[in-house]
Amino acid sequence: MSAVRYLALVPVASVMLGPFFCNRVTPFLFGLPFLLSWMALSLAMTSVVMYIVYRFDPRNAPGYQ
Amino acid sequence: MNISLILIFGTMLLALWLGIRAQRGKDMSLEQWTVAGRGFGAGLVFLLMAGEIYTTFVFLGGSGFAYGVGGPAYYMLGFGSLSFVLSYWLLPPIWRFAKTHSLLSQPDFFAKKFNSPALGILVALVGVVALMPYLVLQLKGLGIIVSVASYSGLSSTQGVWIGAIVTVIYVMVSGVHGSAWTSVLKDFLVLAVAIFLGLYLPWHYYGGITSMFEAIEHAKPGFLALPATGKSAVWMTSTVLLTTLGFYMWPHMFMASFTAKSEQNLRRNAYTLPIYQMMLLFVFFVGFAAVLQIPGLTGPDIDLALFKISLATFDPWVVGIIGAAGVLTAIVPGSMILMAVSTLLANNVYRAWRTSTGNAEADNQHIGRVAKLAAPLVMLAGLWFTLQGGQTIVSLLLMAYSLVTQLFPALLASLLPSKPVSKAGAITGILVGEATVAALSVTKMTIADLIPFIPDALKDTNVGVVALALNVVAMLLVSVVTRSGVKQGSQSLQADSVA
Repeated sequence: MSAVRYLALVPVASVMLGPFFCNRVTPFLFGLPFLLSWMALSLAMTSVVMYIVYRFDPRNAPGYQ
Repeated sequence: MNISLILIFGTMLLALWLGIRAQRGKDMSLEQWTVAGRGFGAGLVFLLMAGEIYTTFVFLGGSGFAYGVGGPAYYMLGFGSLSFVLSYWLLPPIWRFAKTHSLLSQPDFFAKKFNSPALGILVALVGVVALMPYLVLQLKGLGIIVSVASYSGLSSTQGVWIGAIVTVIYVMVSGVHGSAWTSVLKDFLVLAVAIFLGLYLPWHYYGGITSMFEAIEHAKPGFLALPATGKSAVWMTSTVLLTTLGFYMWPHMFMASFTAKSEQNLRRNAYTLPIYQMMLLFVFFVGFAAVLQIPGLTGPDIDLALFKISLATFDPWVVGIIGAAGVLTAIVPGSMILMAVSTLLANNVYRAWRTSTGNAEADNQHIGRVAKLAAPLVMLAGLWFTLQGGQTIVSLLLMAYSLVTQLFPALLASLLPSKPVSKAGAITGILVGEATVAALSVTKMTIADLIPFIPDALKDTNVGVVALALNVVAMLLVSVVTRSGVKQGSQSLQADSVA
């Protein structure tokens, strides 16, 4: 768990850096303006990353004073 | 009475029936009324938390903001990401502490953590002051929706009154159970309407989503990205940061976490809620579809973008369904806010007032009665502010967000093992932060006005950051002084006892 939880920093960095490095309309990504697509992908990545963090967290194991 | 109005009324009655029915088979004690006896499973906790995502703030404000400013509206996607990541580590310790000490509200938490009833009262007052604009926002949205969707069959004022009465009735009867079960109806209907509108409108007017964005980029180059100044990248990241820190500081969100049956339920939401937040994209598509089709909306009127384009596109029965979904986005979050304000006033202000005036301490049954009786009075205050008119939905909420965000530093400090902040430090920090927010809101100053020598790149920073920074500095300084005072005091006491 200790190393896996740092994965959560990836979507955080993506959201905070996106407006500076991806602030453009074209090229359209998945049919959306580039920045909008970037922010939506960051949100989707949050879900995936937090699922991984959840699965590797022993406190969430079945049967977990 | 037109078909649209019948659908809106029918939905209100269904929400009222669901809300009242939710209390069946439950002894509606104060703990049941406010935190559902801490017995909600993952599904209902998800709905309560998700209820916060689809309020009129998003339904009208989200589409209106996309219509009015374009790219800067994307900040709503950003703070969702960060808030849910934060919730994974923030909410479980809060829930654990609240369960151990049978706490019912956010001020209870602060008062117990810092062993300071005065801090509890301060947090309660901050909560009430911040939640009132939020309640006004829901009522304002409700008025817009009922008036426009009923083709002016009902005035905005009549719509607000009817929605307010429905909300008050089921809040008084069922408390948080009513909010949770009406959320089920709301989320299904709103989700369906948002996806339908978000896909159909771009296809109908432009032939597709990409074609819509190409047309907007051709007509208004750069509108779909962030501007170089004003609501720039610096504004966006600082606003995302502030709203993230404030997201779970709302008293009703804080209390929603108390309803969970286990901390796993709260952690699970960290990966399910972002999927739900993705639906914001469809709300944005509606606002963007209106940019070239319904030009000319400015100021507070940008909040009308969704309904203006719907009226221009659909038959009355479709507008009625959209209106019904919109009404629920006001009533359901409005009920949670109303319940939170009533609980804060009864449990944390009235209870403290009784004790301080020498009366016997009120039991929970008495406080429960006071909270239920406070609900209609709070709603009347909300109605009064709503009918005064005023700002756009997003600007109203951003100010209220700045108020609740000031609670975050003290909360975070209370969760650290080293307990670096004293009760005097926490109180001072919150007071300094709130005073700064109030001063900045009144004077409309920007960060460039406050700090003229700040580099150009940082001039667009959300001014709420200043309030938060002053809050932290004051909190730490006073904590250092009072901590050393406590240490010196205890040392001199020891010296006296030795002598």
